[in-house]
Amino acid sequence: MSSEPLLRLDGVGKAFGGNIVLNRLSFSVEPGEIVGLVGPNGSGKTTAINLISGVHRADAGTIRFQGRPVQGLAPFRLAHLGINRTFQVPKPFREMGVRENIEVAAHFGGARGMDADAVLAEIDLAGHAAIMAGGLTVNQQKMLDLGRALATDPKLLLIDEIGAGLNPSELGAIANLLQRLAQRGIALIVVEHLLDFLNRITNRVIVLGAGRMLFEGTLKAASENPDVVAAFIGG
Amino acid sequence: MRDRGAWPGIVVVVLLAVVFLILPHVYGNQSLLFQMMTFVVLTQGLNLLYGFTGYLPFGYVGFFGAGAYATSLLVLHTDLPVIACVIGGGIGSIVIAIILGPLLRLSGAYFSIANLAASQIMFFVVSNGNLSKITGGPYGLKIDRVYAPEASYLTMLAILLLATGLAAYFRASRFGLGLRAMTQDPVSAAMAGIDVVRQRVLVWLASAGIAGLAGGTYAWNLSVFYPDAVFTLQISVFAIVFALFGGVGTVIGPIIGAASLYLLYNGIGISFPQGFELLYGALIVLLVLFLPNGVSSLLTRRGVRVF
Ligand SMILES: Nc1ncnc2c1ncn2[C@@H]1O[C@H](COP(=O)(O)OP(=O)(O)OP(=O)(O)O)[C@@H](O)[C@H]1O
Ligand SMILES: [Mg+2]
Repeated sequence: MSSEPLLRLDGVGKAFGGNIVLNRLSFSVEPGEIVGLVGPNGSGKTTAINLISGVHRADAGTIRFQGRPVQGLAPFRLAHLGINRTFQVPKPFREMGVRENIEVAAHFGGARGMDADAVLAEIDLAGHAAIMAGGLTVNQQKMLDLGRALATDPKLLLIDEIGAGLNPSELGAIANLLQRLAQRGIALIVVEHLLDFLNRITNRVIVLGAGRMLFEGTLKAASENPDVVAAFIGG
Repeated sequence: MRDRGAWPGIVVVVLLAVVFLILPHVYGNQSLLFQMMTFVVLTQGLNLLYGFTGYLPFGYVGFFGAGAYATSLLVLHTDLPVIACVIGGGIGSIVIAIILGPLLRLSGAYFSIANLAASQIMFFVVSNGNLSKITGGPYGLKIDRVYAPEASYLTMLAILLLATGLAAYFRASRFGLGLRAMTQDPVSAAMAGIDVVRQRVLVWLASAGIAGLAGGTYAWNLSVFYPDAVFTLQISVFAIVFALFGGVGTVIGPIIGAASLYLLYNGIGISFPQGFELLYGALIVLLVLFLPNGVSSLLTRRGVRVF
């Protein structure tokens, strides 16, 4: 093993038209680590996830996964390498069964031995295995996104606002699940507006403001950082 | 293979083979049966693409015409056996499909219209008088020295079985599961590890190849044809209406749709063509409004899983 981190971004930038959405984003993530990614609406969190997962292509900078540059690779190749994600607005295969949703990823994701039932149990959808994914609630669909990602046996998981709209006990269950995943060695980047939730699972956060990295460190220190406070209050 | 595995596909293929081997002995008009088979093949071939990837090729007839010309030119200029020339027709269409591959980057109506334009361009090129020495220009081609109605009938049947076998494979295999996932959400499909572009291109080539083989065999069966006979838009329209009527994305829907509507067309359409076009127009509107998944969805709604 080299001393390279699992994921490393160096000066990554992205613009849509003339609108610079991410500017010189640089950070790295180690296996088994949970990193929070926070920032006001429109600050570029989802875009960062889209770049790392190959859904969009970075205009500048490099993204390295296990030491090799991966920007420009097709998403399915990144999935095979071990990068996977959930979506802020969940994207299940709506007219396929819940179990089939998992099976597709288990079959094509490069982890053919993956046990769909174990994944369903993990995301707490075993009781809904036979129904169509479109019939699930939005929160269940987010869990199904997570299950689909898990079925590919990922090394890095990008989680986009999985906690929105959940009650405290549901949040607690998800926090436990994410921690279990990290204990298995999976690295997680967790985008979340709910800071209490993040506080439970990580003490390292990256704060974005209008596409720039404002801060990297503990959540507590972030809340005392004047730039961060200004970004959240002043916009 | 999942669920019930390969069996439903095998049953449908065997049934088709038996029916079309027996029919000529029961019903004397083999040329009508040949025409009907041709439309079942084209409808199934279009279903491969539209039913399993969502791309609707308005210019599907272009592959049919390309196959007809490629096969005929091989017959005229080489000593290959006719069957090899027919296979050459399929390959010719696949080559055209590779050239037109970038069209798959367009979505929805843009793809359909660009594909339509491509088929029209092919038609204008081959029917152009300046190319008379090669393509026969507006007078088409004549390959009557290989005329063989029986052999071409059996060849078309073999293509029908191939197209149906492919549809059954798309329906029942893991590859087909990937196709279903892609049509529902290409981004999620990619994150599930599916090589969306590769799968889509493979289906596109298979669909084009089927039309090319059918075009080659059709030319062989006619043995003399004008360019409009193999490039008329009516062929695309028929295949689309037949497929929609039967139910796309299934194996038997397109077969039932094509066979029944082609018979209807033969019953009343040829003597009363305007009335027939009106009927088809009305049928499309009604289908889109009330039965977007075709007549086979009448069964699906009652809980029957149509293969
Ligand atoms: N595909 C796109 N095309 C054009 N602009 C985009 C696109 N995706 C994102 N943007 C813009 O980029 C900016 C950042 O969006 P992004 O979705 O990354 O923010 P976010 O931090 O995830 O916000 P939220 O908390 O609301 O989810 C926004 O101004 C958004 O309008
Ligand atoms: Mg977002």
